[in-house]
Amino acid sequence: MSHPTSQATAVLTERDNIGDDPRFRAPLVTGVNDFTSVTDIVASIAERKPNLYWWIAFGGAATLCGFFFSLLGYLVLTGIGIWGNNQPVAWAFDIINFVFWIGIGHAGTLISAVLFLFRQNWRTSINRFAEAMTIFAVCCAGIFPALHVGRPWLAYWLFPIPNQMAMWAQYRSPLLWDVFAVSTYASVSLFFWYAGMVPDFATLRDRSKSKIGQFAYGLFSLGWNGSARHWHRFEKAYLILCGLCTPLVFSVHSVVSFDFATAQLPGWHTTIFPPYFVAGAIYGGFAMVLTLAIPCREWFGMKDLITMRHIQNMARVMLATGLMVCYAYAMEFFVAWYSGAHFEHSLFLNRPFGNHRWGFWAMFLLNCSGPQLLWFKWARNNLWVIMACAMCVNAGMWFERYVIIATSLSRDALPSSWAQFSPTWVDLSLLTGSFGLFFTLFLLFLKFLPTIALSEIKTVMPQAHEHAHGHAHLHGHDRAEEKH
Amino acid sequence: MSSHASQPASGGCCPHAAKACAAPSVYGMIAEFDVVGDVRHAAEQARKAGYTKMDVHSSFPIHGIDEALGIKPTILPWIVLCMGLVGMTTGILLTTYCMADWIPHPSWLVENFKGYRFIISGKPMLSIPAYIPPIFELTIMFSAYTAVFGMFLLNRLPTLSHPLFSSARFRRATQDRFFLAIEAEDKQFDAKQTESFLQGLHGVLAVETILD
Repeated sequence: MSHPTSQATAVLTERDNIGDDPRFRAPLVTGVNDFTSVTDIVASIAERKPNLYWWIAFGGAATLCGFFFSLLGYLVLTGIGIWGNNQPVAWAFDIINFVFWIGIGHAGTLISAVLFLFRQNWRTSINRFAEAMTIFAVCCAGIFPALHVGRPWLAYWLFPIPNQMAMWAQYRSPLLWDVFAVSTYASVSLFFWYAGMVPDFATLRDRSKSKIGQFAYGLFSLGWNGSARHWHRFEKAYLILCGLCTPLVFSVHSVVSFDFATAQLPGWHTTIFPPYFVAGAIYGGFAMVLTLAIPCREWFGMKDLITMRHIQNMARVMLATGLMVCYAYAMEFFVAWYSGAHFEHSLFLNRPFGNHRWGFWAMFLLNCSGPQLLWFKWARNNLWVIMACAMCVNAGMWFERYVIIATSLSRDALPSSWAQFSPTWVDLSLLTGSFGLFFTLFLLFLKFLPTIALSEIKTVMPQAHEHAHGHAHLHGHDRAEEKH
Repeated sequence: MSSHASQPASGGCCPHAAKACAAPSVYGMIAEFDVVGDVRHAAEQARKAGYTKMDVHSSFPIHGIDEALGIKPTILPWIVLCMGLVGMTTGILLTTYCMADWIPHPSWLVENFKGYRFIISGKPMLSIPAYIPPIFELTIMFSAYTAVFGMFLLNRLPTLSHPLFSSARFRRATQDRFFLAIEAEDKQFDAKQTESFLQGLHGVLAVETILD
């Protein structure tokens, strides 16, 4: 079945593609794989019955998700008084969780759009994953501000709908900018993800043996038949979408940071917030991609497609963005000192030594110390170390938002209104439960949808390039040949 | 389904007169390949031979296939640009209208527009800098939706049924094989000649006639 040139492809072990020798282009798909086997690897995950790992994970996640929705019911029926929010800490877990989840979403678009524009071909193995993660993280994120408004059934007031009260949404407020940014981001990411999956749905449709599968995948594939004319427009649309999503992804977390930066509160009113938030979002997002990708490649037989090189590249991006985040932390302290503003001084002393100091030190140790291990080659070669670093960042980035929101609000410029914040069991359970929703959606994605962008990964295989008959051919040569 | 009695029912197709043929009409002919280069060369040769109504079907975009088939650049980017500008205009009008306390109008026109006179954070009624984020997001939203939906509509999708889907062989077009399809509507199309042309191509695995 295999194609003649694939016979000549050297057998590569997992380790062979992590070298740094610039004379050799590292293969992005390892092992003896051709178009047939790559299709089989990815499609079989959706075709066969899920394995035990999946059932265990799904059972846990779905239970947690059910718990989450029951709590939402309790919350809507009772009111948000069951949260620990108070005056002045009116933004607490709800907004912390919102910023946390929306930040995680950013890595998906970064991998899909920004790395595409930079011609980072290694993204093809992980972009589908990361896009799915974006959608599900944005789902989790969207729930919290909707509840935060207090009466979620009136949340449509956020949108500019003509109404009998002659009231408009307030366009001068960053909170409304957020509505536009997040709703644009959620819908555009969803269409981007779906459009990319259409050709792969067609693959699943054509392989499916069951009537339900043929019907469902057939419906979602919209009748895609792989026509070269269709591919031509598809590629153009994909490039345009990447060009549009790149400024979009940077704008979304910048706008989220404006919610804070335009306020007068000490610790919030800084110009460093937009880049600092974007770097933090990418940091947290890559950590979550690693958290999902490492177990998935182990359990679903995708080691040839998500190779050690992919994991290492992600670890490097995580290290780099982590350093930007550490720089932002340091710069915040410097600016607080250099500004000479009394309240800024006091707040930044309060962060490491005041009422929420454990939050600050958790953030500092988890975000700035743990992941520094990734400087070392042995650490980047050890999946357990990478996984541990990613876990540090997942937790650390949550604490970062906790520190920003809780310390500043509980110690504002007027000491008479100072108050302590402590979360209730509902706060903690909603945070835990949102992971249930996230993982339930993600596991359903793993089971039913094309997990890896088949049509994209095939384009980075040597067989997709006419003259690569097994020998080490450089991409540039192939491109030159194509011009003829 | 035709009721033309003079035609043989099992002919599949009739040479030289595809249009006049009333028995199961022919959609076209497909040739199967398993090497990217072969299908690209096949497309080039078919184009040289004068075929125009043809297409290549593959599970991923093949580099150089546009040139081989003579596919013209799509108009999609221009549509996206236009809709992006429409989105930007919508954003400007929406924000300024919603926040305005006065609307220019001719003196003879009765108007009862009172506006939404609510000052926030000391910004003026018309504070363009504060409107930039919604305007920007609406520009992106209109452009991105157009890129996705425009692409599918220009591709005439969704079209859930297609004559090619009747071929069991063609199912591999979305997996690991490559197909050159020549439609019967092509002026050059001739059941025998086209079949021998396709059979003669380098690397061809199979040739199949597709009924409409």
